[in-house]
Amino acid sequence: MISPVSKIAYCASRTCRFRKPIDVRALLEKGLDELGYRDRIGLVETECLISCFQGPSIMLLPGGKVFQVLSEERFTETLRGLISEPQLPTLPPPGEPRIEPDIPGIEHIDFFAKQRLIVLRNRGHIDAESIEEYIAHDGYLALYKALTAMTPEGVIEEVKLSGLRGRGGAGFPSGTKWEEARKYATFPKYVICNGDEGDPGAFMDRSLMESDPHAVLEGMMVCGYAIGARQGYIYVRAEYPLAIQMLRTAIDRARRKGFLGRNILGTGFDFDIDIYPGAGAFVCGESTALMFSIEGKRGMPRIKPPRSTESGLWGRPTCLNNVETFANIPQILLHGGAWFRSIGMEDSTGTKVFSLTGAVKNVGLVEVPMGTDLRTIIFEIGGGIRGNAHFKAVQLGGPSGGCLTEQHLHLPATFDTLQAAGAMMGSGGVVVMDDTSCMVDVARFFTQFSVDESCGKCVPCRVGLKVLLGMLEKIIVGRGEPSDLDRLERQAVHIAATSHCGLGQAAPNPVLSTLRYFRHEYEAHVREKRCPALVCTDLIRFEVDAEACKRCGVCAKVCPVEAISWRKKEPAVLNRDKCIRCKACIRACKFKAIH
Amino acid sequence: MRKDLVGQFSEEQMAGVDRLIEAYRNVPGSLLVVLEKAQDITLYLPVNLQRYIAAGMGIPPSKVSGVVTFYSYFSTVPRGRKVIKVCSGTACYVKRSGEVMERLKRKIGIEAGEVSADGEYSIEEVRCLGACGLAPVVIVGEETFGLIDPEHAEEIIEKNGQRGERS
Amino acid sequence: MTIDELNEIKGSYIDQRKRELEEGVVTVDVHMGTCGIAAGARGVFSALQGEIERLEMKTVKLRVTGCAGLCSMEPMITVHLPGQAPVKYGKLDAAKAREIFYSHVLGGRPKTEYAIGQGLEKPQKRVELG
Repeated sequence: MISPVSKIAYCASRTCRFRKPIDVRALLEKGLDELGYRDRIGLVETECLISCFQGPSIMLLPGGKVFQVLSEERFTETLRGLISEPQLPTLPPPGEPRIEPDIPGIEHIDFFAKQRLIVLRNRGHIDAESIEEYIAHDGYLALYKALTAMTPEGVIEEVKLSGLRGRGGAGFPSGTKWEEARKYATFPKYVICNGDEGDPGAFMDRSLMESDPHAVLEGMMVCGYAIGARQGYIYVRAEYPLAIQMLRTAIDRARRKGFLGRNILGTGFDFDIDIYPGAGAFVCGESTALMFSIEGKRGMPRIKPPRSTESGLWGRPTCLNNVETFANIPQILLHGGAWFRSIGMEDSTGTKVFSLTGAVKNVGLVEVPMGTDLRTIIFEIGGGIRGNAHFKAVQLGGPSGGCLTEQHLHLPATFDTLQAAGAMMGSGGVVVMDDTSCMVDVARFFTQFSVDESCGKCVPCRVGLKVLLGMLEKIIVGRGEPSDLDRLERQAVHIAATSHCGLGQAAPNPVLSTLRYFRHEYEAHVREKRCPALVCTDLIRFEVDAEACKRCGVCAKVCPVEAISWRKKEPAVLNRDKCIRCKACIRACKFKAIH
Repeated sequence: MRKDLVGQFSEEQMAGVDRLIEAYRNVPGSLLVVLEKAQDITLYLPVNLQRYIAAGMGIPPSKVSGVVTFYSYFSTVPRGRKVIKVCSGTACYVKRSGEVMERLKRKIGIEAGEVSADGEYSIEEVRCLGACGLAPVVIVGEETFGLIDPEHAEEIIEKNGQRGERS
Repeated sequence: MTIDELNEIKGSYIDQRKRELEEGVVTVDVHMGTCGIAAGARGVFSALQGEIERLEMKTVKLRVTGCAGLCSMEPMITVHLPGQAPVKYGKLDAAKAREIFYSHVLGGRPKTEYAIGQGLEKPQKRVELG
């Protein structure tokens, strides 16, 4: 008889053996020998096979039936029965898939249920390296529709109707930009996709390029058709090797299938896309700087006008959009501009992808209709603050954005409301901070970033930001004076007003927004020489507050240099001569008794 | 000029650079690409190599230097066989990447931008790696480590290279 | 490439998936974006691959897909068993992945303690189910 069983996996975990000291392997070998199947059924040792605590299990393959070996007696007989049973996997019953009662449905999990996926609709769902899977999920249908059933003007009209605004930060209406680029009769024209996701804390573009690269390519192709370009470039930062690899593969597959190259879909439309790996400069997120970088030069922004839609890459009309913007295009064409417009708010249509990070429980990518309030994003989708800390601030828009407070959590996240509150949609980075973050230090962090990334072309940004940074550092080490706060504000306002490009104009935002909403923290630093969040080391006295101390001794345990002495029922004592100011005790103390 | 460079770089590396220059000499706007590929071969771009590339490409050395010093991707000093990159993005920063950096520097005994005596490691701060969900993040060579506990940051050096399937 | 060819690609992909469904093929998606890899997704992938090879399982298909969006639960996998709602698992390592492999992928019993949720996000659907 031929057994339908080809292999038997047996559990070799110690737990099982402890419960029932049975040598399963020996037993199986003996049984198969006696039954004459020793050569035909393989034995495979595995770790736990589900039902621990009762006895070692075996699993019959390929079917996956599990049997528990509870006794050595008559095992061979049992085995004879087992290996003669049919091993075909049971076919799924028709109708609705079976639901596991103990696992929550995705639709009941806030993180997933409260999102609305348009650009991320294929996330984790398709194999990015398979163009067939993309096509099977309606991929390249929008391109087909555009090329065969729409005029370039018609495509632009649809994009204008959708109300789509650039997702890279500035929120410029995409349809208007495309219309501009189409207007000029200078050829060749270019389409550029900005994948230089420079804002620290934002990673939606990386994720999109990695998990659904064809959607980005398709959006670019449609744009090429609409404005009359035959060449596209994707500028991707070198820090994203996987995104570059996925895009390379996608472009290669698209070329082979004839979605890129000559006479696309038999319509006479020619278009190709190349990748341009960036070399690491935040300012290259600015469109004119990015174009200089593609030309092999230092990426320094130039004066506008002319706009890039008139004179961009190599002096030709160029349409530059961000990754997320392009990924929206196929869906807009498939479902119509009116459909897109019906999602979100009047002036901010569609969805926005936020990368939610920092002190929240659920960290990840969040796509919600524009206008969803920050509380929903942070507390429902994000699951609230991790641990037993409290919400303090949310930083939106990276180094060009600002910090908002609890009072802003009701705000609908749109381009305009966030801007009015002193922050910015930016590319959608949302960094949540709890009470262990010092807002003066956060302002210093972003200012330092902008100092490092300033291209140096104009004085307010190159010199002004350094002066601003110096003022913040002075405050942080405890040498700040009350008058510094006004000077700080004046300096920041001047830089914003006089800088040449967006980087310099927005760089003071972190300082201005923290001054506006967390002035009391600045005051504590300059007047009381105290850092309320216990971050600025120079302002910490490293003393134990005997009243707040609950005498638990945790601080003494974590101190790496034994600078804290503690005896049961007595408050801890910190020896400042030994202390290396590492703050391990401050973090360990649950009662905030060391400051 | 090439002679001095051979002492610094192998004949093979120099041949690679020569091939690059040959391939891109007449391609307008290709300087950034040439420098990126050259650095992949030579691992860093010292001034004399910049001059060599400039002469080969037929552009002023000042221009090459201008580009090299503008972009953070390029290094003008040697790097270790394994470059330790500590992410300095916002999410990492609020999760104490600064401390991670300090501890790693102490562990290896070098400052940022230096190479350890055995040539194995160099350490640098890098711009956001986009893995904010796992902050703080450090890359050692080709291997990425996330959710690092700043108090035990040194462990990643020990774990590096031996982090097998069972980790 | 014409619309017919486009539809043909789509059709043959869906047919192939349907065949797999009928043959009882279990698909395991390993979510391998940069975040997932940094959290150890490669270890999860090679553990699953190792078991599949060792057991010569022809009815288990391992796929690499991108990030599923919930970074704090990485590394994640999704198990698609014919006739069952897909189950997403999180915070895995090689050992947990092997447990899921035996319990759920081969045995058909989801490993509830590592599961995040079941079902797909809107508007995702399995093309083979129509």
